[in-house]
Amino acid sequence: MNGFEPKIVGFLCNWCSYAGADLAGVSRMKMAPNVRPIRVMCSGRVDPTFILKAFASGADGILIGGCHPGDCHYSEGNYKTLRRSIMLKKMLKDQGIDPNRVRLEWISASEGDKYARIVDEFVQTIKELGPLNLQMSELAVG
Amino acid sequence: MRKPKLALYWAASCGGCEIAVLDIEEKILDVDANFEIVFWPCAMDFKYKDVQAMPDKSIDLCLFNGGIRTSENKEIAELLRKKSKVLVAFGSCAQEGCIPGLANLYTKESIFRRVYKETPSTDNSNGNYPQPHYTMPEGEVEIPEFYEKLTPLDSVIPVDYYIPGCPPQAHQVWAVLEHIIQGKPLPPPGAVLGAGVKCCCDECPRTREEKKIRRFYRPHEILVDSKQCLLDQGIVCCGPATRSGCGALCVSAGVPCRGCYGAPPESPDQGAKMLSAISSVIDSTDPDEIEEIISTIADPVGTFYRFSLAASMLGRKGK
Repeated sequence: MNGFEPKIVGFLCNWCSYAGADLAGVSRMKMAPNVRPIRVMCSGRVDPTFILKAFASGADGILIGGCHPGDCHYSEGNYKTLRRSIMLKKMLKDQGIDPNRVRLEWISASEGDKYARIVDEFVQTIKELGPLNLQMSELAVG
Repeated sequence: MRKPKLALYWAASCGGCEIAVLDIEEKILDVDANFEIVFWPCAMDFKYKDVQAMPDKSIDLCLFNGGIRTSENKEIAELLRKKSKVLVAFGSCAQEGCIPGLANLYTKESIFRRVYKETPSTDNSNGNYPQPHYTMPEGEVEIPEFYEKLTPLDSVIPVDYYIPGCPPQAHQVWAVLEHIIQGKPLPPPGAVLGAGVKCCCDECPRTREEKKIRRFYRPHEILVDSKQCLLDQGIVCCGPATRSGCGALCVSAGVPCRGCYGAPPESPDQGAKMLSAISSVIDSTDPDEIEEIISTIADPVGTFYRFSLAASMLGRKGK
């Protein structure tokens, strides 16, 4: 789509991914400006309600960043998010929303380059999917 | 003294809420003794024009069940709103769409195609579909328009209170009616009446332990232990994401909670809460294995949003 700039909400965990995003920033890495980061204490804090609310409020994609498996500051918050995201994607698909609009990534505090790369990739994915227009009923399938 | 006027109406619903009113048994006589019933199409012979002739705000209490699926539903909802002092969304359909709201997973066009064409018992070789307007030699006939989506009652009119349940339980219906008969003050508008403020698990008599689920079962697939938490046994039970108030009827009988009392207070989206509750107890950290365990749940959307799809965050947005 011509000139479509996706709105992407990024839920980033305080201990790893937010620090990774910060590193990308202070290292002056170049990346797409479409992600609106929200710092959460743990990726496990990302209630599926947040994601649905973001979509309902006009987000075109959701990026969730958490610590690598085994590295969660709270032991297993990232595993909970992993399970939820798999279930959520399945449910979004059944409701007519492309599951690729939600992306879960493990980004550590030292992986600023990975953060920048994933942001660019994800923005590209969402650009290809086009705007999420709930008003135009992507919901209705079948 | 003049008896307060009571109206009951059904829109897109099954009629179970009407039966729920009669489930209060002999107390229905108290209802008749304390209220003047001015409108109740299911049980008594009133016409729409009777309501149209009433002065505005002349009905003291209107119990409205059913969601909004057709232009008739909307028209009568607006009419009753105008004529009623207190209007209550009675039951799950009016509150959040309920089972008829699951049709929102399909377009109007595909519903019509299925119902009027594809069902095996249908013989419709002319391909006739219902039309809101149709001109016959005798003149034009009209039927209500079928909307693209079913929406909850409060999507078309302001609603004063909500009584959840599919259907609302008799003791809760009576508790609300008794409250009004005794003239006690009502809570602020928007409140949920006739229900608890916790989740169904709070009322559940079963024993809960730490949950670690390796696969999910439908109730007919295993022998259900009579004491242990159903979710602990791997049966998808919507108790954790459902408002209390029913008295944990289903779970006491060994049947998992279906979620008919809607989302608990402060939870805007029942399905998302249920998703969260279920995912957290899956005993695996391997993506492929998690996928496999999740695949043992038949139809997560239809199960977690069974009663609230039309009022879900995405459901309220889509057109």
